[in-house]
Amino acid sequence: MSEPILETDDLAIGYRTHRRTQRLVAEPVNLRLYPGELVCLLGPNGAGKSTLLCTLAGMQPPLRGQVRVAGTDPYHTSPRVLARRLGMVLTDRAEVGALSVRALTALGRYPHTGWSGRLTPRDEVAIDQALTAVGIAAFAPRLVHELSDGERQKVMIARALAQEPKLLLLDEPTAFLDLPRRVELMGILRRLAREGERAVLLSTHDLDLALRGADQLWLLQPGGSIQVGVPEELVLNGAFQAAFHGDGIDFDPCTGAFAFQRPPIGRIDLTGHDLAALWTRRALEREGFVVNGYEGPPSVMRVAIHDDDGQTVWRLHHAQSHQDYPTLSQAIRGVKARLSASITE
Amino acid sequence: MSAALDTVCVQLGTDGGSRGDLWRWVFLAGLSCVLMGAFFLNLALGSVRIPLSEIATILTGGEASKPSWNYIVLAFRLPKALTAILAGAALAVSGLQMQTLFRNPLADPYILGINAGASLGVALVVLATGAATGFLSNVGLLGDLSLIVSAIAGASLVTGLVIVAARWLRHAMTLLILGLMLGYATSAVVSILIYFSVPEQIQAYITWTFGSFGGVTGRQLMILAPVIGAGLLLAGLLTKPLNALLLGESYARSMGANVRRVRFWLIAGTSVLAGAVTAFCGPIAFLGVAIPHLCRSLLRTSDHRVLMPATMLMGGLVALLADLVASVPGSRTILPLNAVTALLGAPIVVWIVLHRDGPRSNFAS
Repeated sequence: MSEPILETDDLAIGYRTHRRTQRLVAEPVNLRLYPGELVCLLGPNGAGKSTLLCTLAGMQPPLRGQVRVAGTDPYHTSPRVLARRLGMVLTDRAEVGALSVRALTALGRYPHTGWSGRLTPRDEVAIDQALTAVGIAAFAPRLVHELSDGERQKVMIARALAQEPKLLLLDEPTAFLDLPRRVELMGILRRLAREGERAVLLSTHDLDLALRGADQLWLLQPGGSIQVGVPEELVLNGAFQAAFHGDGIDFDPCTGAFAFQRPPIGRIDLTGHDLAALWTRRALEREGFVVNGYEGPPSVMRVAIHDDDGQTVWRLHHAQSHQDYPTLSQAIRGVKARLSASITE
Repeated sequence: MSAALDTVCVQLGTDGGSRGDLWRWVFLAGLSCVLMGAFFLNLALGSVRIPLSEIATILTGGEASKPSWNYIVLAFRLPKALTAILAGAALAVSGLQMQTLFRNPLADPYILGINAGASLGVALVVLATGAATGFLSNVGLLGDLSLIVSAIAGASLVTGLVIVAARWLRHAMTLLILGLMLGYATSAVVSILIYFSVPEQIQAYITWTFGSFGGVTGRQLMILAPVIGAGLLLAGLLTKPLNALLLGESYARSMGANVRRVRFWLIAGTSVLAGAVTAFCGPIAFLGVAIPHLCRSLLRTSDHRVLMPATMLMGGLVALLADLVASVPGSRTILPLNAVTALLGAPIVVWIVLHRDGPRSNFAS
């Protein structure tokens, strides 16, 4: 494998506050990031994701230990040299006023141009490539403030790409976007990592996307330790559950999603194999049922999913009777009605 | 005029492509021509009207048909018009720099307390020395030069503090607050000085605060012109980092700008430009905050490579026009320049902001 673009050795991150006291956020941090990799930095709020990113980007000094970006310490590298190795997309919502998409992307050529910022044909090519890479070449003449949040975020990424960095750092790039835009953005970032021999590191709250899209996860634990591994490994060894265990919610390793923690209200059996069964199960679990479990009190109800001439039918068995429902909403309402009736009995 | 420009602007579109670029060049060229026109108008109009042909004769070294015209133009109107252009350009450019540095549409050249510092210097000279030596010392006896020196001293003191702070502070916002507080503090000292002064001295101080381009002699212009020239040149060198600062200091740094150094030079340049103008012409309000907005709105861009020359030209032009109005052509009256700049310009800016889709599209706020 080639040389890592980013590496840290026994790094301690945190803040120096007044008079020699320091607030340690995480230690020791030993990380390696290689070209072609997409890594998601995860962690609960306040675990220090931003502090770590700032330290890696040379925006704040480490307390102890070493960071190297392409072999040199970013904190002591001149901004101009560093900007050619490392491009950043920050959480600041950039209100740039009246600049076209192309003009904003051209700002990324800053570390390559002379004092006047005049663009050479070589710069123009780099700008075109950056715009194409994130799929906004068609927007180039439009003004940035007319764009949607998702499009604007792509412009900011194109701008960072125009720096032609080997490492791309993004601080919560998906924060303001709706789900389809998040998936799209993640796809773009994956492609950027794969095709350009770049390394991409992003912090995110989007566990689902991180689990599906990242080559590696860096998981910051609240206590200041950091777990590294492929996403599935961190789920299997319980690091995920430990990091995000909190008030009222829990990470469910079976579904890979978060669930509300609350005592089950009853057991229910479900039969059926298709997509309808999967989503019926989720609906029932959301209502607080243990579905097809083997522990606890015996099931009082059973939902069977039938196919009636191409129409899905939910049949609810309770005691000796049964009733059919044509939609899931009605079935759930029926289940709840039966449950409350059986409690009052 | 601005309505016509507006229409052309809309027609040419804001596509940022070659047509947009063309419009910007046409705009700059047109602005230069209008500036020249206003310059000659300033030489021709005043309490005495001098025909443009005579102006041409005088400027090319000839004798006008009335000998007094030569004197009026060369000793009075020419220095005044040149001062107006220089001061207008200086204030507009420093306003642009401050608005971008602080990412605040209300920032002006005086935001760092330059105005307050200069006022303190002048107040000290006019009021305190007046109190010491009694009625003998009026402004005439003290001379204009002492006003200028004291204004420079006061402005330098305050901006010196701000510049030193700028090297240490992490965030521009802290600097903004520091500048504002220094401004309040020095204004308070001026208020106390005024409170203990006699009306004649207060009158002299108030006259200075009205602002005027007319007090600068040809010899003083020899100092003012190179100083402002240097400040404008520095501003021209900073267009690239200014563009990067549109995204904020963090982004500018991540793209390779040495933010602290850039900030230092921006503040130093603004101090020199605004400090020199305030010292020679008094505190001139409005131009610094309004001209950058006017140019952004007309050109529909935040790109400093276009805005910088545009604000220089527009600043000079508006200063010339304001001076022309203040001199009330055909009469012996002269209005306070500050009153004219505000009365003339404030409605224009309000119209622009309301007419367009608000300051958000014109400015990073």
